[in-house]
Amino acid sequence: MPSATPAIEIESLAKSYGRLRAVDGISFKVGTGEIFGMVGPNGAGKTTTIECLEGMRFPDGGVVRVLGLDPRKDGQELRERTGVQLQQSALPDDMRVWEALDLFASYYRKPAAWQPLLDRLEIADKRNARFSKLSGGQKQRLFIALALVNDPELVFLDELTTGLDPHARRSMWDLIRAIRERGKTVFLTTHYMEEAEHLCDRVLVIDHGRIVALDSPANLVRGLRSEIRILFTAEPGFDPAPLRSLPGVARVEKNGEKVIVAGQGDRLIVVVVNALDAAGARFRDLRTEQPDLEDVFLALTAESGLDGGLR
Amino acid sequence: MKGFWKLAWVEIKLYLRQPEAAFFTLVFPMLLLFLFGSIYGNTPNPFFGNRGMVDVSTPAYLAMIIGSTGLMSMAITVSSNREKGVLRRYRATPLRPAAVLASQVIVNFLMTLFGGVLLIASARLVFGLRFEGRPLDVLLGFTLSCLSFFAVGFLLASVARTARAANILGMVLYFPNLFLSGATIPKQIFPPAVKAVSKFIPLTHVVNLLQGLWIGNPLGKHLLEIAVLAGLLVLGVAVSAKAFRWE
Ligand SMILES: Nc1ncnc2c1ncn2[C@@H]1O[C@H](COP(=O)(O)OP(=O)(O)OP(=O)(O)O)[C@@H](O)[C@H]1O
Ligand SMILES: [Mg+2]
Repeated sequence: MPSATPAIEIESLAKSYGRLRAVDGISFKVGTGEIFGMVGPNGAGKTTTIECLEGMRFPDGGVVRVLGLDPRKDGQELRERTGVQLQQSALPDDMRVWEALDLFASYYRKPAAWQPLLDRLEIADKRNARFSKLSGGQKQRLFIALALVNDPELVFLDELTTGLDPHARRSMWDLIRAIRERGKTVFLTTHYMEEAEHLCDRVLVIDHGRIVALDSPANLVRGLRSEIRILFTAEPGFDPAPLRSLPGVARVEKNGEKVIVAGQGDRLIVVVVNALDAAGARFRDLRTEQPDLEDVFLALTAESGLDGGLR
Repeated sequence: MKGFWKLAWVEIKLYLRQPEAAFFTLVFPMLLLFLFGSIYGNTPNPFFGNRGMVDVSTPAYLAMIIGSTGLMSMAITVSSNREKGVLRRYRATPLRPAAVLASQVIVNFLMTLFGGVLLIASARLVFGLRFEGRPLDVLLGFTLSCLSFFAVGFLLASVARTARAANILGMVLYFPNLFLSGATIPKQIFPPAVKAVSKFIPLTHVVNLLQGLWIGNPLGKHLLEIAVLAGLLVLGVAVSAKAFRWE
């Protein structure tokens, strides 16, 4: 739901490392109050992009505006108003959890109370633990708490749920939604397509430093035009042939008792189930397999193998 | 400067939680003091210019503490904070980059001072340490020595690519400085060849300066030492300003 004043605007952003064009001319806007996700293979340029927005790295070309500020010139003000969780960072080994929160809170003009953050991120029992003694997921939660300690207008989360268990991941999603409910903007990257699909209003797919797609998860999936599969178990004498002529059906396969009907369209399931019912056929265990964002990701970034593919 | 003093306070706690650093600043100088103090006592001796062993060694041990905070603690903390990504995380906050570095200077200074005060107090209480100098001059000399060795520590952290390299560089410089400067072994017993080398060891100038100020020499009598230390300070700051990287 982009609003009139974008939280982030980037125009032809480019950043090279030596001869490698890590980000190669990308442009997009993120609206205030949006949860915006960026996905792409390893080495696609996500961290480079997000760190150019944070003012942690400086682009070679293009225009970047974050909360109306230029990260290069107004870095100080930007850091005051944004929260940042970096993909790679650390705290001193012997720093305790509460000390880190208390310290980071003291850097800001208007810090949030940090005790509730400890509870919210379920590390309250670790408040006296030293950083080096935390598990990977606990460190991750602490970094997310630190990103929120100034109650930021815009929060950048680079791989926010990497290392979190499934419960923690879901409670992180709730937390992100709660942040958005309060009118804040969230910019995140993830390798979990399920997460991008459930959480993000819009998803940008990046590969080799270029935008491959940018839309809502639902539109991205629809754009893929891939087939829906209906699977069920039929009685031994079931004849699948009549199903082939139904509207939207592309293929029907029968393998012993198992039947698979593949096709397209939002009405496919209704049509197939009605036809089975009208023919008096008895079936069990009916389920559908629908394309999801993961299929979109795999289709759009197909030629990339390991480590970002060939260039 | 919001958060600066809190950072300095947290850094002090972190310093004291690292056993090695605390050992070299607080414990090791005291061990030497008690070891040699109990062997030689502190009776005036013509060999030490009619002063006692403890009178001469205490300012030398101060130099030793300065050498260890500068060449070891400073270089290692800064470079390992960079390597692990701690400096990166600090840089993503409104805290000014200079404040991160300044907090290291303050903390190392306070810890050196603390180690020094502890040493002087024990030498006085246990061995009847004598002091003939002007406290303000000693404090000035001490501060200049700290700043120039901290600048060298920063220089090491700036030129070393990894924390390991900084650690090794620090050690390679620390031990000759420790043994050839008169900071641990009294210069009076050095053979002539070692005495000659000793002139080129930076910490020698700290030892000479502090020992001189301790017995009441005016600052003007130590212009050479002051010039060498000021030169090191300028060199360290200039190189660090050019070569220092945040990640
Ligand atoms: N500091 C750097 N120096 C040199 N090359 C770099 C640097 N940072 C990133 N790169 C290169 O730029 C490309 C993009 O890296 P980036 O970290 O932006 O990818 P990413 O999309 O975040 O990947 P991942 O999903 O693995 O985190 C990669 O090929 C990487 O090797
Ligand atoms: Mg990344």
